[in-house]
Amino acid sequence: MCLGVPAQIKEIIDIDNQIALVDLSGVSREVNIACVIDGAHQIDGLIDKWVLVHVGFALSVVDEEEAHKTLQILDEIGELSATMEDLDLGSK
Amino acid sequence: MKYVDEFRDPKQAKKILKEIDKLCSEITLAEDRPIQIMEVCGGHTHSIFRYGLNQLLPDNLEFVHGPGCPVCVLPRSVVDNCIRIAKHEDVIFTTFGDAMRVPGSDISLLDLKANGSDIRMVYSPLDALAIAQKNPNKRVVFFGLGFETTMPSTALSVMQAQKQGVDNFYLFCNHITIIPTIKAVLDSPGMRIDGFLGPGHVSLIIGTQPYKFIADDYHKPLVAAGFEPLDILQSVWMILKQLKNGEAKIENQYSRLVHDEGNASALSPIQEVFELREFFEWRGLGSINHSGVKINAKYSQYDAEIEFKLKEVTVTDPDVCQCGEVLKGVLKPWQCKVFGKECTPEKPLGALMVSTEGACSAHYSYGNNIDLINK
Amino acid sequence: MNKKYKDKKITMAHGSGGKASSDLISDIFVNTFNNDYLATMEDQARFDMQSGQLALTTDSYVVSPLFFKGGDIGKLAITGTVNDLAMSGAKPLYLTCGLILEEGLPISTLDEIIKSMQKTAEEAGVKVVCGDTKVVEKGSADQIFINTAGVGVIPQGVEIHSYSAQAGDKIIVNGFIGDHGATIMQSRAELAISADIDSDCQVLNHLVEAILSVSNNIHSLRDATRGGVATVLNEIANDSKVCINIKEDSVPVRVPTRGVCEILGLDPLYLANEGTLVCVVAAEDADSVLQAMQQTKEGENACIIGEVTDGPEGIVALNTLFGGNKILDKLIGDQLPRIC
Repeated sequence: MCLGVPAQIKEIIDIDNQIALVDLSGVSREVNIACVIDGAHQIDGLIDKWVLVHVGFALSVVDEEEAHKTLQILDEIGELSATMEDLDLGSK
Repeated sequence: MKYVDEFRDPKQAKKILKEIDKLCSEITLAEDRPIQIMEVCGGHTHSIFRYGLNQLLPDNLEFVHGPGCPVCVLPRSVVDNCIRIAKHEDVIFTTFGDAMRVPGSDISLLDLKANGSDIRMVYSPLDALAIAQKNPNKRVVFFGLGFETTMPSTALSVMQAQKQGVDNFYLFCNHITIIPTIKAVLDSPGMRIDGFLGPGHVSLIIGTQPYKFIADDYHKPLVAAGFEPLDILQSVWMILKQLKNGEAKIENQYSRLVHDEGNASALSPIQEVFELREFFEWRGLGSINHSGVKINAKYSQYDAEIEFKLKEVTVTDPDVCQCGEVLKGVLKPWQCKVFGKECTPEKPLGALMVSTEGACSAHYSYGNNIDLINK
Repeated sequence: MNKKYKDKKITMAHGSGGKASSDLISDIFVNTFNNDYLATMEDQARFDMQSGQLALTTDSYVVSPLFFKGGDIGKLAITGTVNDLAMSGAKPLYLTCGLILEEGLPISTLDEIIKSMQKTAEEAGVKVVCGDTKVVEKGSADQIFINTAGVGVIPQGVEIHSYSAQAGDKIIVNGFIGDHGATIMQSRAELAISADIDSDCQVLNHLVEAILSVSNNIHSLRDATRGGVATVLNEIANDSKVCINIKEDSVPVRVPTRGVCEILGLDPLYLANEGTLVCVVAAEDADSVLQAMQQTKEGENACIIGEVTDGPEGIVALNTLFGGNKILDKLIGDQLPRIC
């Protein structure tokens, strides 16, 4: 099942039961963060992190660096051939 | 919306589509047919139709809509068992919205709700647990379905029930696993898929290692793909590049969320609460070994199958149903003998007509008219 | 509210026609609706009608919860009926109010609802001139059901119909769509989301007057209630036997409404509205109509979202961000939140 949206963790509400409050464009909901707590992400380090939310659970933390890299690759796709096209057109 | 809008940029999409066009003109297959890429997951099917991506592809490239919609592949017998459970006077039956309209042998959960049974739609299994805590005199059953994406949440909810001593909460577990699904497609005779868009959120849980056999043994590329239109287009571009170079690798386009090794914190509750079933029945695909999970002995007090003494019954699809062939890319929806006649969205016979985003349902609603609009 | 009703609840006696009944009618209804017609306490309201074609409509309101962000069942009961009249071009005049009350309903709740109805009626410039009250036993109704009927007069020469849309017409909405549906989703406790959205519930008759003051070429007007803008467009396309094309990037949706839709897997084009209209106008008048709408409170965010085209009859197509087309089909049943 697939419907997941990125939302930002705003507050830890219940440390014992691992519940946080997330915000997505002004919509808030409580989510369970058990799946995003690990060696790399301790519970108090999760504030302001973006996570993927699915059926009331945060399933993964968004890797901001990787997101940036992906957008860069997307930017570059077609740049090389667009440049070649321009050169071709220029030389005709 | 951050991490969403950037991946919906139409200008970028145009650029990628140009590249996809170019690559497609440079690839020739042994057989004389379009290049076929299967998106395994219902969420990808939904995105493709939502943004009209299938109309933007070159003529010699097609999407084949795979069996990755857990709602579509629910067998009638499972829905019949939901109905059996929900009919008990003391039961509050909770489910995701997707499952409400799926018809069993006779009626759907929505029909039963209209008849007075206490059936409630929830967004999360934790909401079902909260209902159980608020209604101690009722037995509250949560209908768990979905692939590995949804398993951690269901498992964690059962663990939470135990932690908080909630003894009137039950799980009717119908979770299915993705690998046997893909393998069943790969093994079917007449299969004509050239590459796979891998299910992005399942991959978030299990990582990309489990897909290795697809490249090693079947020599097909798979790219774990995100769900925004640019994610899908980039993944298609990556598959085409592999096809052009005669490669078959597993790649990860959704790297902002998917790690190749998966998510251990999400896998741990799955291993804690579930175990594999011997086999599981799929609407349209028949029975597939080890393709489902059930609650293990440690958490058996939460198992609705035990509590309600459910029997495993097989209810076969009508003989005329050709969902299997459509799922594997052998037939197009409109080539099925009963498409649009005995099988329509209002009266679906098979899996792919059940969900509004199933391949047959989508083609029924959009098919001809889209061509007329596009002219 | 009269002090004697403090902490009191509706009982079967309030519906029986005796003293308790007539006191309730006087103290709450006549007192709040405050007009000469109702004050006569006759069995009927009597008034002279202006000449012209009459428009008559009725609707029943059973919404739960009774109070939500941006409105309540009382406000809805007036806006719904006023707006139905206004969509014909009629000037709404007089409304009826039929109530079915559940035994045990706090009278303070009833009072609050009636006050809200009067406030909305004043905004619309209409009067509630007659009514009826019944009380049913506890469990036989969900607190309060309201029926309102309304009558208005259509000015001479105004012909606005669902079947009058023509190829070339432009399609305008008066503002952000889907807010009412998103608000109701928020108020459903089992979904547990909270957002800064209010229902768009508002009367539209003044907006319609402004539209008609600048154009004689309004072909269709519909208020997009249950089923949303997409449903209304389908009805017009069907009735007028035309094809409608909507541009996805022109459809105005507030950021938090979009957020609710993304989380729950809903489409804002199918969410309910209670103060949003769809106006189908001849192309040559579109700009002046748009400007006139943008001068009003109800239409300050009005925009053109598409047009009527030559294409397959009865079809509504969405031109997506990427240039592909998607059919906006009629809704089958209610839109349910999805996870797939």
